[in-house]
Amino acid sequence: MIVRILGEGQYELQDSQVAAMEELDKKLVAALDSNDETSFRDALTRLVQSVRSEGKPVPPDRFVPSGLTLPHETASLAELRELLASEDVGES
Amino acid sequence: MGVMKRLTNIVQAKANKVLDKAEDPRETLDLSYEKQIEQLQQVKRGLADVATAKKRIELQAQQLQQAAAKLQDQARQALAQNREDLATQALTRRSGIATQLEGLKTQHEQLAQQQERLEATTQQLQARVEAFRTQKETLKASYTAAQAQTRIGEAVSGISESMSDTGLAMQRAQDKIAQMQARAGAVDELLASGTLTDLSGSSDPIQAELDKASASGDVQLQLAQMKAELNPPAAAPSGELGAGNAGADEPVDGELVHDEPAAAASKTPADPFTLHDAGGAS
Repeated sequence: MIVRILGEGQYELQDSQVAAMEELDKKLVAALDSNDETSFRDALTRLVQSVRSEGKPVPPDRFVPSGLTLPHETASLAELRELLASEDVGES
Repeated sequence: MGVMKRLTNIVQAKANKVLDKAEDPRETLDLSYEKQIEQLQQVKRGLADVATAKKRIELQAQQLQQAAAKLQDQARQALAQNREDLATQALTRRSGIATQLEGLKTQHEQLAQQQERLEATTQQLQARVEAFRTQKETLKASYTAAQAQTRIGEAVSGISESMSDTGLAMQRAQDKIAQMQARAGAVDELLASGTLTDLSGSSDPIQAELDKASASGDVQLQLAQMKAELNPPAAAPSGELGAGNAGADEPVDGELVHDEPAAAASKTPADPFTLHDAGGAS
């Protein structure tokens, strides 16, 4: 599966590696709900680092859409919230 | 739904808005290419904007540093004149500048970070635009094959998703620039209003007070000297009264000050403007 890190680029990961990321994704959701910056930071950092270390960078001459997208490593909780808030507008 | 899936939908929805216009997929390829070139130009302009914003912060920091150094000098001057109140005022303002400088430092770091990222984005984008240019011609040539149509669809989705990502990165950089400009404007206003020391010196309240203090001290001294000259020994009760009145009028006259250059020079190293100001005020 192709995973994009916003502002950085795309990586190709095995399905098994993606499955391992789901727990951390749930932590992101929980951190958003409880406004917990610390656990948000922790989960995001681990997600981004696992994509970088386990994934294979997609070369510049390969043009494919992503299956999953991560915020940039330094994104704040507020920034992510703002981005997610554009959901309704974007899909209309 | 997880955050990662939601983000994907958002980025791709933004991408579709940009590109799903052409009827013929081959046209979409050309349109994608044009849009990418446009975006590359935008990113380069964005990079120039970030560099300019960084430069402005550096200049402001320099100005603030100079203002802080001046305030420290003023504090020393004030203490030498036994004006602890003025010294406190100057040092308080100086610590206010330190706070401003800290804020500028944070923004400078953020802008440097944005600059670094946009530089990486530019390089990546440049490589992709180049690769896309050759690939789109191949895809167009083999367009009639069903396989090629699928690949065109995928390539266009991929390209528009990247463009949407780059758009977001540029928006972040612009947000940082806007924040920086708001702050820089506030610092400029502070410098201009003299709430922080204006380096032109024209509207610097602490300096004015210091000058006034040193001048009025000098005037007092001269008054004392004149009084001593006019009434040397034990004062005669009635005969000296007229002379005493004449003497009291004279310090107001500016010429008298110039008549006594030796006395003024020996007591104060201050410049002549200070003397005139203080003479008029007292």
